[in-house]
Amino acid sequence: MEILLFDKIFLIVIVFAVSLVIALYSTLAERKVSAFLQDRIGPNRAGTFGLLQPVADGVKFFFKEDIIPSHADKALYILGPSISMITALMTSAVIPWGTYITFSGRQVAMQIADINIGILYVFAVVSIGVYGIMIGGWGSNNKFSLLGALRASSQMISYEIAMGLSIISIVMMTGSMSLGEIVSQQHGMDWNIFYQPVGFLIFCTCAFAECNRTPFDLPECEAELVGGYHTEYSSMKLGLYLFSEYINIFISSAIMSAMFFGGYNFPFMDQIASPNLVSIIGVFVFFAKIIFFIFFFMWVRWTIPRFRYDQLMKLGWKYLIPLALANIVITGTVMLIKYQFFN
Amino acid sequence: MNNLLFLLLSSVSIISALLVIFSKNPVYSVLFLVLTFFTLAGHFAIFLGAEFLAIVNIIVYAGAIMVLFLFVIMLLNLNKESEPTTPMLSKISAIVAGGLFLLVLFAALTNQINAPEALNSKAGDIGMVKKLGQVLFTEYLLPFEISSVLFLSAMVGAVMLGKKDLKQG
Repeated sequence: MEILLFDKIFLIVIVFAVSLVIALYSTLAERKVSAFLQDRIGPNRAGTFGLLQPVADGVKFFFKEDIIPSHADKALYILGPSISMITALMTSAVIPWGTYITFSGRQVAMQIADINIGILYVFAVVSIGVYGIMIGGWGSNNKFSLLGALRASSQMISYEIAMGLSIISIVMMTGSMSLGEIVSQQHGMDWNIFYQPVGFLIFCTCAFAECNRTPFDLPECEAELVGGYHTEYSSMKLGLYLFSEYINIFISSAIMSAMFFGGYNFPFMDQIASPNLVSIIGVFVFFAKIIFFIFFFMWVRWTIPRFRYDQLMKLGWKYLIPLALANIVITGTVMLIKYQFFN
Repeated sequence: MNNLLFLLLSSVSIISALLVIFSKNPVYSVLFLVLTFFTLAGHFAIFLGAEFLAIVNIIVYAGAIMVLFLFVIMLLNLNKESEPTTPMLSKISAIVAGGLFLLVLFAALTNQINAPEALNSKAGDIGMVKKLGQVLFTEYLLPFEISSVLFLSAMVGAVMLGKKDLKQG
């Protein structure tokens, strides 16, 4: 019991640190990718290739003056970024980072909690995440912030529905809601993307909307709303908002690669004899997939312009939700036919 | 350990439920209601073994319905000046109605369950998704289908209300 607890605490600390470091370097990666796409060099002053740039940015955030507007609701103004950050970090608890590592005669699972409703847990945390933005936007007592917060919440609620529906077809195929089970069923090259390409497209679009990323970054649309929900924020509170966005990108990438791209599974994994080696390579494969998706998020951001708000709502309600429903019906029909005739 | 956790969760849920009523600012009321839902979900998951119910409670109530509540309250921008004054009679009748409801609840609950026993038994795995689905689609199929029709009619009603001009397409 105590050893198990120690394992879990150790794993939690590692996952926490890795999420923060990846989010930290995503800020640099974003600027480097944008520079690459726009034929520029990007930040290269702090450290070699600008590797110390995130550290410099972090120090700057900490030493800036922290202003709380006099008309703001102080408690809610502080609560907003805190909730954003907490919910962004909470989701990583159910993601299976690898299989098992065996040392000194015991198996250590590389997943913090394999609860049997893993996916629903992710949805619950995501749906709580919207409070961070709403509370912050309302608490700053500014019209632009409020408009940004309202946009964010209606956008996130709308896209959550399509996202949930797109997952149902995966759950139907797998017969389980546990993320560990879903990943382990995609053994080798048997990835869900080959069975559910439409589901992946819907999920990916919704993930962009949930992370408030371009082309759906209307909550912080600077051309109309100054800075959106974080107009009034300064110093590290602003830093927390921006940072939680990058953690959300990291977690969404992890969930996309776990659900549709096999997670830690890779082709020819049965040819390797040592199970420990398989799981260590698996972790690296998983992170390679995650980093690809993080790059994909940035690629889209610097390529596609922003939607208009009515287009965003139309896409969510009139196209994605019916498409996801049709996907469920088709998946069910195919499964039934397979069960009836090919069993 | 379990008892301590139960006491902690229950006291937080009772205090936050009281703060829903006593908060001056309606936005705070909504946020405390969200906290109450969280503690209730904690009760479902930890003491009754109903993980699915707990998580659905959070997704549906805390995650969707309360966000819409907050939405409306933020847009209305309620404060002291705009607060409508309620007549004394409706205040008294509200107190009487609430008291009667409490009495009914109390009577129903004292006969029903022996609380510590339900706590200890953990009610098996009834809260798990598989079990719940099987029960819903066999034993309670008719009520389940009827309630889905009810939801559909509510959705149609909402669309009708949301339409600006009924004659136009």
